[in-house]
Order: sequence, then C-alpha cells, then structure tokens
Amino acid sequence: MKPFTYQRADDVASAVAAAATTPGAVYLGGGTNLVDLMRQNIERPAALVDISRLPARIEIGTDGRLRIPAAATNTDVAADPVVRRDFRIIAEAIVNGASGQIRNMATVGGNLMQRTRCLYFYDAGAHCNKREPGSGCDAVDGHNRMHAVLGASPHCMATHPSDLAVALAALDARVHLAGPAGQRTVELRDLHRLPGDTPHVEHTLEPGELITTVSVPAPPAEARSAYRKVRERASYAFALVSVAALLEVRDGTVVSARLALGGVAAKPWRAASAEAVLTGAPATRASFERAADVALADARPLTHNGFKIPLMRRVIVSTLEELS
Amino acid sequence: MNADPVVGRAVPRRDGPAKVSGAAAFTAEVPVEGTAHAKLVCSTVAAGEITGIDLTEARSAPGVVAIMTHHNAPAMRIAPLLITLRGASFTRAPVMQDARIRWNGQPVAIVVAETPEQADHAASLVRVSYALAEARLVFDDLKAGAPQPDHVQGEAPAVMIGDAEAALRAADTRVDQVYRTPWHTHCAIEPHATTVAWHDDRSLTMWDATQAITHSQATLAEVFSLDLENIRVVSQFVGGAFGNKMMWSHQILCAAAARLAQRPVRLVLSRSDVFRVTGGRTRTEQRVALGARADGTLTALIHEATTTTGISDGFAEQCTFPARVLYGADTFGIDQRVVELHTPANSSMRAPGESVGSFALECAIDELAEQLDVDPLDLRTRFEPAAHPTTGKPFSARHLLEAYRLGAERFGWAERSSAPRSRRDGPWWIGQGVATATYPYTRMPGGRASVTVSADGHATVRTAAHEMGMGTATVQAQYAADHLGLPLDRVHFEYGDSRHPAAVPAGGSAQTVSIIASVVAATRALTAELLRLTSSDSPLAGAGTDDVELRDGGIYLRDGGAGQSWPDILRRAGRDELTGEGAASPPTETAQHAMHSFGVQFCEVRVHDVTGEVRVSRWLGMFDTGRIINPRTATSQFRGAIVMGIGSALSEETIFDERTGRVLNATLAEYHVPVHADIPPIEVAWLGHPDPLAPMAGKGVGEVGMVGVAAAVANAVYNATGRRIRDLPITPDKVLGL
Repeated sequence: MKPFTYQRADDVASAVAAAATTPGAVYLGGGTNLVDLMRQNIERPAALVDISRLPARIEIGTDGRLRIPAAATNTDVAADPVVRRDFRIIAEAIVNGASGQIRNMATVGGNLMQRTRCLYFYDAGAHCNKREPGSGCDAVDGHNRMHAVLGASPHCMATHPSDLAVALAALDARVHLAGPAGQRTVELRDLHRLPGDTPHVEHTLEPGELITTVSVPAPPAEARSAYRKVRERASYAFALVSVAALLEVRDGTVVSARLALGGVAAKPWRAASAEAVLTGAPATRASFERAADVALADARPLTHNGFKIPLMRRVIVSTLEELS
Repeated sequence: MNADPVVGRAVPRRDGPAKVSGAAAFTAEVPVEGTAHAKLVCSTVAAGEITGIDLTEARSAPGVVAIMTHHNAPAMRIAPLLITLRGASFTRAPVMQDARIRWNGQPVAIVVAETPEQADHAASLVRVSYALAEARLVFDDLKAGAPQPDHVQGEAPAVMIGDAEAALRAADTRVDQVYRTPWHTHCAIEPHATTVAWHDDRSLTMWDATQAITHSQATLAEVFSLDLENIRVVSQFVGGAFGNKMMWSHQILCAAAARLAQRPVRLVLSRSDVFRVTGGRTRTEQRVALGARADGTLTALIHEATTTTGISDGFAEQCTFPARVLYGADTFGIDQRVVELHTPANSSMRAPGESVGSFALECAIDELAEQLDVDPLDLRTRFEPAAHPTTGKPFSARHLLEAYRLGAERFGWAERSSAPRSRRDGPWWIGQGVATATYPYTRMPGGRASVTVSADGHATVRTAAHEMGMGTATVQAQYAADHLGLPLDRVHFEYGDSRHPAAVPAGGSAQTVSIIASVVAATRALTAELLRLTSSDSPLAGAGTDDVELRDGGIYLRDGGAGQSWPDILRRAGRDELTGEGAASPPTETAQHAMHSFGVQFCEVRVHDVTGEVRVSRWLGMFDTGRIINPRTATSQFRGAIVMGIGSALSEETIFDERTGRVLNATLAEYHVPVHADIPPIEVAWLGHPDPLAPMAGKGVGEVGMVGVAAAVANAVYNATGRRIRDLPITPDKVLGL
C-alpha cells in the first residue's frame, strides 16, 4: 500500500473543497472496495477524503422521491421501513449483495462507484486496459467466465459488480452530484460508461465530483417488482446474472415494464428495447420470451461466459412470469 | 483407569473460552520485542530466469531495514520432504538460491521494514525482470504419456490383478467414464504467519502457525546447518491448517531475513500469498471403469488417475486409494500418473487423494446402479469384500454394512424416489444421493511424550503437538485423565512447543492415536520410576509395572489391591514432582491388518429449475471410526469436513491462467468456500465399535468426513435432475447444460 494522507469531511462542501485542493485525492466511503484495491496496489491515491460521516438520513422528499444520501450504509438502506415497503427491490438487491459485515460498512455512493471484479484488473501482474490504458486485456483470451456479454469492447469486457445499481436502474433513479463547478443531477442509467476504447473512464463524473444523494421516484402503484440474482453459493458472491424487473399488468395486458440486467455489462443494463416489446403486449410467456430475445439480441459470448446468455434469458422469462 | 471414564464424554473444548474471548494469541499476534516486518515479492511469471532486480526505489522507501534476494541470501540446504518423516516440505525446490523461476508466485525477494505497511509499500517498489522460458502449464496438452511416480504415499503407483480391461470388455454391464476435479486451496481462516528471532548465529526461536512443530525444527536444522537443540519452534494456537500449514519457503525466508536484519522478523502471508506461495490440492483427471454381472458383482474395477505436481516436487495425490480398499472385484486395474507443471506444489489437503478420488469412484458406482436398476446402496452391499481386496489382509474392523443400514434408516433412504427428476417442490427439483467414505488409519512413528506428576496431585502431559482447532488439548487431557486415573480437572496438557518431547505432524488423521501411544509409553516409564521410589514398607514394594494399575490418583496393586497415592510416594521420597518420558511403540498394528475408517454420506439437494443453482438441504454422515473420545469435538471435525466437501462439490476451484500459470482468484471473495447460507443442518452419527488393534480402539476422524461428500452431492444432483455432472464444481451452467 502506497502511503497516503487522510482527512475526514463533515459536510459536502468541505469534502468537495478538500478534494479540489488536495492533489491526488479520492473520496473514501466505507472502504470495502477502495481499501482492498489499495492493499493490492491497484488504487494508489495520494490522499483520502473520508465522506463516510456525511449526513445519512434516508427520507421521502417533498417531491415524493425517496432520497438516499450517498453516505448511508447498505445495511441501513435495506433495513429502512419505507424502502422495504415501497422500494422493495432496493432492499432485495442489497441483501443479495456482499456479506452482512461488508454491507454494514459499504455506502450507497461507494456501491455505485465500486470497480469491476475482473480478476485481471485485480492482479497488478496482468495486462488491463482499465488499470493501465493501452497495456492490453488479458481477459479477451483468458479466463472470462464472469465477463460481459453486452456492451463490451475488444479493449475491455469487465462487468460492473453492483446489485444495488441494477435495482436503481430499473427504478429510474437519479444521482445528485456536487463538485467544484456546483451541483448537477444525472440519470443513474447515464452514470456508468461502456468501455469503448477508453475502459479506464468508467463513469460520467467530472474530476472532484461527489455523489451526494440518490433519489428514486415512487414506482407505479400497480407495478409488481422483483430482484433476482443467480450465483453458485448462496451469499457473498457476485452475480452470474441478475435481473431487476417491474411489471404492471392490467386485464392480462402489460401496461408498463422495466427491466434492468446485472452481471452482463460494464453498467447496469437497462433493456429498453425489451420494455418496448412488452408494453401493450399480452402478459404471456410468449411475450416474455420475445422480450428476453430482444433484450439479448446484441449479446456476444466470450470463451467461457456463453452460458450467461441462455441463463439470463431463462431468468428474465421466469421473473416476468412470476410478476404477471 | 477411572472408574467413571471421561473418554467418550462430550467435554467442552479447553481452548474455547480463550478463542471466543480473543485472549488466544495466534502467531501473528505473539509479542516479540524489536520485531521488524517482512513482505514477500513474488514472481509474476511461471518459468525462466531472473535477469535483474532493481532495489533502488525500495531501498530508499521509509522504514526499510533489509532486502534479501538470491544475490544476498545465505546458502540454505533443501528442506526435507514430509514423506521422509525428517521434514515437512512438499517440494525440493531451492529457496532463493538461484535465479531460476519454477512457478508463478515463487518468492524472489523479501523486504524487511519497521512496520508491515512500510514493508508492503517497499515491496511494491521492487522491480524484477525475467527472461522467460517455456513453461509447462497446460495439463490437457501434457497429460498424454505422463509417467508413473516412483510411489504414491509409499504405495505402488499401480495395482494390476487379473486382466481388468479384458474383463471390462466381456462384462454384462459397463460404466467407463472420466471425472475431473480442479485445483483446490485450503483457505484456513488464519493466513500463514511466522516470526523468527535469532539469539546468536547458532540458535533461534521460530513462532509459527504450523501443524508440524518437530519437523519444522528438523527442517531449520537441516536448512541452516544448526543443532536441533538450538532451535525452538512454538505454535500455541493455529487458525486452521487442513494440511497446508507445513514447511514452505516463507518460514525459511523469514529466518534468513531475520539473520540478515539482525533482529526478529515477522512474516504474515497475505491471502493471495497463501494461494500463490504455498501449495494446494492438484487437479485430477480420473477414469473409472466398472464391469459387472447381472447380479451386480464386479468383474472389473479400473481406476486411473492423472494428477499434477510442481517442478521438483514429489507428491502424487493418492486418488486411487479408495478403489484399492472399498470393493471386491474379480480384476483390478489401478494406475496413477503425474504431470509436472510450473505451478505451486501439490500438498496435502484434507483427505488428500481420498476426497477427490472418491468423487470419481462413488459417482461411477452410482452410474452402475442406474444401469443395473438397483438401489445404489444395495449395490454396494453386493461387492462388500471379506478382506482387503487388493492386499488380501484382513480388516482390523470394518462395519460398513452396518453403517449403510443404520444410516439409511436414519436418513429415510427407503423413501427416496430412484427415478431421476421425479420430485419437485415449486421451482426446486429434489434429489438424494449416497456415497461411501473411507480413509486409512495411520500412526506415524517417532512421537514422544512426558508425563509429570506432582505432590499436589496434578499431572501434566507434554508433547510438541498441535492444536489447529480439532480439540487436541481437550481429548488428550481426557485420555490422560482416564489412563492416569485422575479427575479431568487435575490433568494439564501442554503442547505447541518443541521444548516438549517430539511429536508427529498433525496429518493423516494420525495425531490423536500417535500421541496416545506416546502417553502410554511415558506413563509406563513414570510408573516404573514411581515404583522405584517406593519404600520397602510400601504395599507396592517389589511390584513391577505389570503388577499395578493407576487409579484414584495413585498406584495400586491390580484387582483392587493396596497401593499409594502419588503425593504420598513423592513426599516420602522428598520429591515435588516426577517425570516419565517415553517413545510411542512402533506402529506394528498395520503390519498384518488393513486398518481403515469408513463411513457413508447421505444428502438431499434442491436444484433450481430455472437457474440450475444447487442448494444442499439435508445431510447425514454415518461413520465407522472406532471409539470416539469426545463426541463434541468429533462431531465438529466430521461436520467441518462435510462442509469442506460441499465446497468442493459446488463452488471451490482455484483458477489458473494457463498462459501464465498464475492463480487468478487468490482471494476469499473469488475462491468460493461455502458460506453459512450454503450449509444445511448436518447430522453426524457413528457406530463406535472399537478397533481392537488401535490404541484406545479409535481411529482418526479429521479426514474421513470429507470423503464421498462431493460424490454424494453429484449423485443427488443426478437424482434430482437426471443430469450427471462429472467435473467439479457443479455450477449452474453445468447443471443446465449451457
């Protein structure tokens, strides 16, 4: 681990100011990913600005949106009564992620900003365009069982590991940011970037910007929702594939549908084309199968992850059937 | 003997309170004055030569005390192999003596600094360049024509009885399949840790997380050309070992670095170091072919296994051992081959050989039962042998049929549906599977112990034994209490220090019986000495050790005769205490008899129709391991082994990049041992029939519990889904055939 300086911020303004004035500073949430990466010498920040003590009160805003401060721990969010009642898949996604100990530490902002779990990214001895731009990608012809089937590029096929982000993508969440140039808001689905030929650029944050809050509109009152995650062991494992879905059915017809896919891309993958196919279609298995086919039409397998495509198809169809 | 024996009682473990309260000091926590901290720098290539090591940056990093590479490492001899009983190593690879790279992860430098963080940082600044050589890394390309090893754990690599291939061709019914298991890593919760302090240039103390104290001492003596008595090895608490806390390069490097730094040095391996620097369990490829008559009896039993070792290693995984001992057949064709690869060494991992070997054999038996349309448990009873099937020796004790019967009753095996894919609960297919377990009884030669009795009526047993969580300290106190005729609370058991009489390594499920044999010898020596001290007016005057018995805190003439308490004898002789020391008798009990533990594993799994996820929902292990000393610690041992077996069945796989030989998933986040949510209630039971030839009539319980587990799961998955998975782990994609 490279030596670094540490300072704790008590509010957003001082955090942003500290990061702006300290060379090489990065924000530290619960540290469950960043500190691991520092210990592996993958992340080598010169300075940490600890934002884990920023206000963390979860509330419903005057606009009716759920407002989750970025410093709220995963555990607190999953245990929040309003979240459990009205935003169930957020809680489901969280408790399906990591382990109890990690969720106690991990923050919502850190969860969204966590790095890929690509094994080559984690190994300083391997080639990784994300870690060292231009150095090559050992996953292309290497062990790529956990890698992306959607939106990958020849330069990088890493996946984003978050469960929470998949649920938030399905819920049309927004991410509120503060930075040296002031405040702004981005749609969660626009927060992460696909690798293209710049896989080291993973998100749309400007330098020094900090996620302050995630806000989520109330889902349609009639919609049923589910978060479904597939993995080899029952806990503490990243998704082989996961699905967050909301489905609103009236008189046998799909009124609205939202579908986000996890474990398959460098970002939570909102399957808009499948949603379009579903909307207005009869709530039948045939419709769900067609939607799954559309969602996966552009999926491309690598050497070891071809199973993800049919597995994801099965999980999409089964989840939608369950919700209809 | 105690009139009311404590052997057989579920005595709580003695180390429990210290461990749960945090009072137990593990090796990385033992305070040693003036300690500096070390970090390894390891190769990132599998084969070749180091062409340069640039230490410029690292040397100037804060806190650096010393850096050792092959350029300034002292001359060190090769560590003796564990199998020789003179050491505890799995490899003959020299440690930092040359520029040669033998595996990806081999230590190439060790950096010593004032703090662990400084050592860690400085190590990251060491720049090593290599000239690559062609590495042997792709098992599938190298397995053809792999040679036979000289021996497999001292046994012949091949056993040919009759013409098994001809018998197979002529058989009414045949199974002929290939089974594969991946590399496994032990993943003890405590990473390996060592601290070495030199007292002068000829003597040192090593605190080490080890399961081989005496043999580590012998190794250091050999490697550094020191006198045995000038080396002290201390290992009080060990956070799990599973066969991997033996002698690796890191202890040797720590000792050498401590000499270089002229102060005590501590080296705690990172988790990824554990995966890459120390060894694991070899991958295996195994062909099992069975030929059977219509009545199910076997005409041919073929088990051919190919395993791997590192360069300069010698450990052929004994995969075929279950096939040599479990079932009767007209002909046998057993053969083992070894491929040498540029990987870490193959090492002993819980039930080495038997665990992965039984996966192949016990799945094949299940496949045969399916073909014959016979219940797989019933089928096994049809080839139960009268004597050891490949050596002809009589079994000292084998109650496998009874274990099958009682286990089946307890599990409710009769209610199982034999047709695959016939039971369902919502989206979950339900299946049940069974497999046999066996593990050889061994008692390693060379153990010693001392027994000291004191005038206050206490006894202390001492031996350089190991407590890695199995309950050694507890069960040995129980045994000694009964043997000495004392209440349990008056018996101390001291272990974990080479100042105590030498002990065998804790391996092969052999430590318990080996210590017991040593305690028997020590007690006999003590008794003789006490008798020598008795005065002429004692009722014991003139009595020999065979004329007396130990009970009620003293020595008494046999059959309820008169005697004296030890305090009485000691006081009259003017002594505060007296010690007897002895060496265990040679393990001759296996000369004429086949001695094995047995068991049978029953399980129920649920397999998700949509996702192919497998969850184990019920387990019963029924064991035949002789007498059980402590039901509580034994149950824990069996259970832990079953948990480890479930991991091997469903999720554990050390992934190598075959281009570089590098372990990729060298973390507990990516190497998937089971979590609590994966483990169902595990019921453990045993027959408890004494083995008449074993000391204390008991056999080891640490490893047999893992044998058959993966096969039982695979067989249950077949019963649930109709899909036969022949390569571990059984992941959702394989279950769904994707």
